[in-house]
Amino acid sequence: MGGFMSFVRKEALHIVRDRRTMLIVLLMPVVQMLLFGFAISTEVNNIDFAVVAPKHSEAIRQQVERLSVNDYFTFKGYISPQATDELLRQGEVDAVVVFAEDYDRRVNAIADGYPTGPAIQLVFDASNPNVAASGAGYLQNALQVGGTQHLPIETHTMYNPQMKSAYNFAPGIMGLIFLLICAMMTSISIVREKETGTMEVLLVSPVRPLRIIVAKMVPYFLLSCINLITIMSLARFALEVPMTGSMVGLIGISLLYILLALALGLFISTVANTQVVAMLISGMVLLMPVIMLSGMVFPVENMPNILQAISYIIPARWYIEAMRKLMIEGLGFGAVWKEFVILIAMTVVLVTIALKKFNDKLE
Amino acid sequence: MDDRVISVKDLCKDFGTFRAVDRITFDVHRGEIFGFLGANGAGKTTAMRMLCGLSYPTAGSGTVAGFDVMTQGEAIKRHIGYMSQRFSLYEDLTVWENIRLYAGIYGMTRRQILRRTAELLDRLHFRDEIHTRVGRLPLGWKQKLAFSVATIHCPEVVFLDEPTGGVDPVTRRQIWELIYEAAAGGTTIFVTTHYMDEAEYCSRVSIMVDGQIRALGSPGELKTKFAVQTMDEVFRMLAREAKRGE
Repeated sequence: MGGFMSFVRKEALHIVRDRRTMLIVLLMPVVQMLLFGFAISTEVNNIDFAVVAPKHSEAIRQQVERLSVNDYFTFKGYISPQATDELLRQGEVDAVVVFAEDYDRRVNAIADGYPTGPAIQLVFDASNPNVAASGAGYLQNALQVGGTQHLPIETHTMYNPQMKSAYNFAPGIMGLIFLLICAMMTSISIVREKETGTMEVLLVSPVRPLRIIVAKMVPYFLLSCINLITIMSLARFALEVPMTGSMVGLIGISLLYILLALALGLFISTVANTQVVAMLISGMVLLMPVIMLSGMVFPVENMPNILQAISYIIPARWYIEAMRKLMIEGLGFGAVWKEFVILIAMTVVLVTIALKKFNDKLE
Repeated sequence: MDDRVISVKDLCKDFGTFRAVDRITFDVHRGEIFGFLGANGAGKTTAMRMLCGLSYPTAGSGTVAGFDVMTQGEAIKRHIGYMSQRFSLYEDLTVWENIRLYAGIYGMTRRQILRRTAELLDRLHFRDEIHTRVGRLPLGWKQKLAFSVATIHCPEVVFLDEPTGGVDPVTRRQIWELIYEAAAGGTTIFVTTHYMDEAEYCSRVSIMVDGQIRALGSPGELKTKFAVQTMDEVFRMLAREAKRGE
């Protein structure tokens, strides 16, 4: 056992001595969380709107007033119908609210139950579809609350009522970061020993190869645990993700996923012979599918069937799904047993293949 | 008493239908410096891997440090030292950390490690550098250190795979001094090299061509046998017959 610990110490020294890499590894989760959480958000703030009102009336004034005091909207003034297109094109405003000429009459007609044409028209700049879609939704809601009380449809978003995108990104970032640290870093560190020739010397020594590999994984596992704590604290306290779900499940499935990523790293190291190749494989073959296909950015449900099928074999997809349930929906451990079983199966398969390949390589 | 540290008979290694090592037979005696020569692709590395317990022979028999090469690879590993042509210490660790790691691998106790380290650093005049990171040492120093680390556990036999590749002549000389010193202390040296002047320093040499040992004896014997002046000429005469490419 003494031999094993001296290897762990050696690996830890490698990591600590490489200050720059360690800093990146520890700070990356923080930066990514904050970046995705605050800067790159798909939620809609600050919609600038102008109003076209052919005839001013008390009801219209009230509507405009109501919108203006809303944090999400900024009133840019009344404009003529002809200016609509121009202002939208120049990006001066994101939306134009056009009140009908006989707005008051129409509103009353609707209130009395008579059929009539629309009382308000919303013109939106949809060059950014995300902004347009959610902005239009907001604006519609805001107008309806004020104008007519007879809402035919009431939309109610659950779990994430403010539709904060940070909520959605937290599990995705975790799925990405653990893969990056565990798979990329371990594979690079194993391949580096092949490159410099130290692996050769170790193999001629009486250490069991498996022991070398496991000793390599221990420090990265610990590093990932630190990151897990960082990310969860950031999610809870900076992004205010509720995290009411099962804590045991959350930590358990994260540790499982970290193990899986370590196995992936070992697998990559058996395929790659140089650090550059290891980096490319981790970057292109692992990260791209995780970003594109795991549901981190684009919902899996919206993908073509083929891509959905591919996403089934991507571990991050299951991890992210489980983390959404646990972190955002606040479900218990029972809700994620399917993901748990799938991830365990994937880990077992990966470890088996990786060890087999690793041993074959030695001969 | 049998003083053979390495003894192999008709050792073969096949990769599929390709016979990389073809029935090699030789003995290496205690305290000998045995030069293992051969052009690239002659099968040197494959033969050496079998002797180091890294791969098992396809056929033949033999022992290294008293252990069977066919079955006791792991036991062999504990009783040999190895230094590769590529510099093989960790550059981001200090001299002491490297020594401690490798000595620990061979199961040395802390007291043994401390004693051997002091001995070794005194011999190399490295005492002041014990906490220097290896990456900051000049190449020649590194190579000398690598040799010393390979022998830290006092192995019965040390395998040196082109130990002087890419070092300057002065360092080469110093490394050979270390080799002589270790051999005089009773350690058997098994060394591969491409420098034929180094072959002259060996007690005995073998020359491999196409997987077979074509010449075996002391440099003097071989030169007489082939009626030439230098080992270089001996090597060229044999290498010319090679059918395998690089």
